Amino acid sequence: MMSGKAMTRIYVPSETTALSLGADEIASDISAVLASLEQPPELVRNGSRGLFWLEPMIEVETGAGRIAYGPVTPEDLPGLLEAGLLEGAQDHPLCLGPTEEIPYLAQQQRLTFSRIGVADPLSLSAYEAGGGFAGLRRAVALSPQAIVQQVTESGLRGRGGAAFPTGIKWQTVLDAGAGQKYIVCNADEGDSGTFADRLVMECDPYLLIEGMVIAGLAVGATEGYIYLRSEYPLALHRLNAAIERAVEAGYLGADVCGSGRAFALEVRLGAGAYICGEETALLDSLEGKRGMVRVKPPLPAIEGFLGRPTVVNNVLSLAAVPYILERGPEAYAACGQGRSRGTLTAQLAGNVERGGLVELAFGVTLRQLIEDFGGGTLSGRPLKAVQVGGPLGAYLPESLWDTPLDYEAFAEVGAMLGHGGVVLFDDSVDMGEQARFAMEFCAVESCGKCTPCRIGSTRGVEVIDRIRAGESPEANLELLEDLCTTMIDGSLCAMGGMTPFPVQSVTRHFADDLAPGAARRD
Amino acid sequence: MTFTSPTDARVQQHIAAHRERPGALLPLLHALQDDFGFIPESALAPIAGALSQTVAEVAGVVSFYHHFRRTPPGDAVLQLCRAEACQAAGARALEAHVKQRLGVDYHQTSADGAVTLEPVYCLGNCACGPSVRIGDRVYGRVSPERADQLLDDLQTQVVEVRG
Repeated sequence: MMSGKAMTRIYVPSETTALSLGADEIASDISAVLASLEQPPELVRNGSRGLFWLEPMIEVETGAGRIAYGPVTPEDLPGLLEAGLLEGAQDHPLCLGPTEEIPYLAQQQRLTFSRIGVADPLSLSAYEAGGGFAGLRRAVALSPQAIVQQVTESGLRGRGGAAFPTGIKWQTVLDAGAGQKYIVCNADEGDSGTFADRLVMECDPYLLIEGMVIAGLAVGATEGYIYLRSEYPLALHRLNAAIERAVEAGYLGADVCGSGRAFALEVRLGAGAYICGEETALLDSLEGKRGMVRVKPPLPAIEGFLGRPTVVNNVLSLAAVPYILERGPEAYAACGQGRSRGTLTAQLAGNVERGGLVELAFGVTLRQLIEDFGGGTLSGRPLKAVQVGGPLGAYLPESLWDTPLDYEAFAEVGAMLGHGGVVLFDDSVDMGEQARFAMEFCAVESCGKCTPCRIGSTRGVEVIDRIRAGESPEANLELLEDLCTTMIDGSLCAMGGMTPFPVQSVTRHFADDLAPGAARRD
Repeated sequence: MTFTSPTDARVQQHIAAHRERPGALLPLLHALQDDFGFIPESALAPIAGALSQTVAEVAGVVSFYHHFRRTPPGDAVLQLCRAEACQAAGARALEAHVKQRLGVDYHQTSADGAVTLEPVYCLGNCACGPSVRIGDRVYGRVSPERADQLLDDLQTQVVEVRG
């Protein structure tokens, strides 16, 4: 008989990927079973641990810690219950053992993501019990300059992709003098293959709030905006709920933690424009305009939102800050190598056996990541190419997979880490098609302000089509190279300036796929 | 999904609720589209007036963003992810299947008025693609067969008559 006496809680994730695979149906089925028990355990809708190939992953709290099961389908539930799911029995084939001992998780260094998936994302008490707001409490006792100093000493660099030192950006805004300043969080996570920002917002939203309040205290900003992509409806819902609770608890509002200093926070929705992940286009969008890239200088740190000094940071940069304040900059800088300090949040995606979030100190190789964690392709076919860093990132052939995950090491091989997206492609991929898509995507998403990007991307699609159709391939390949150079050197921002990177990686490493007759499309 | 028929009074309500916010235009346009399903042409002039902008400026913002549409959608909007991670997992085949099944291309509505097909560049479900979004719900590992089930559900629902 099921008794439920041995445990107190059962966890079913409420997070986009788990939900996309049926977590709500499982929660509803479990709920119906629990309703028939005399002393039912509590059903908790937690976030996801980021082990996506195991989603929906149920966890059961036992005297010996949490036991995980996954991936669970509604059809698996009766068998699992019979095998003693509610007692945390471990002999069912779907049982993964103690959650914390799952190698994929145990082998990570989760500094920023230490709490994701553990509890109900909106539970303030769970956040506090997990060390939450300790960094903010320390920050409240420090001078603005001392906070900035800690972030500078940590070596944290912008996690959105550009890797600009966060401390220097904050210092510029702090030094910009008195008057209204803003903290803007770039939550327009547009790179394909990335979901780390989303996980923070859906599974640990107070972490982002805490990071933004600390940033506000550091530079003297009293207002913050989270610019969130409209493709993330659950994150919107959760952030708004978290902000409401944080205001009630005094972590946001007119008197942050009794400091006498104010910080107000609001979520604003984007509207499906990749370019708005570029910080100046984002600011224009936030001001209610077309998301057009601005010429720099002036830097946003000097003239940002509504012309005022503004810190624009990615979700992951801001989410790294509470740890730095709580444990000290040395603790954060102790991870990593060279000028890449702290942890890299890699996201394994695409045709991958074990997709998910992998937070590690900088320095492991790409191969370790895709083989040891990712386990190769989901299809079981040979891995052919790995795109790192989103749609503007190079496609890497096997000869480059031993490159260490480090900003400088990647730059040396003509690649970039970007926001940490790692997308695997098996040998059925047509790399000529991928090169064409890079140009096509740029044509769709270009803001249109500068000619190389606006016109170059459309011409790029045409030239690639001609090469693949066998029209003067040699001359057109030369033209493509010339066009790529023009876009790299002449574009206003990374959109046009980096779209050539995936294209050139195909011409360099996968030239056979561009050859006439290689086209398998249509 | 049920939308309200746009009226001038309703447009004015939304304008009044948002006009004082910094950068009011995007939140206002979202409110209109959430309510009506699209941005009606008749709303542009009153918005421009309230925000001291020209109609051309407002129209320019509406047209810039892929999310905003200027014509009513079908009863449901199906967004299909076209980005690289989903491509690697079979999105190109899914895309071809869905287009054929609905008899439409992107930005078009099936003849029965049930489904509008839109491309989307990343739903953040990249470890479990191909992904589609219907309303606020995201579906992962969508095979052509799974897409057929989802479309069956959408296309057999009672079509509401709009007033």
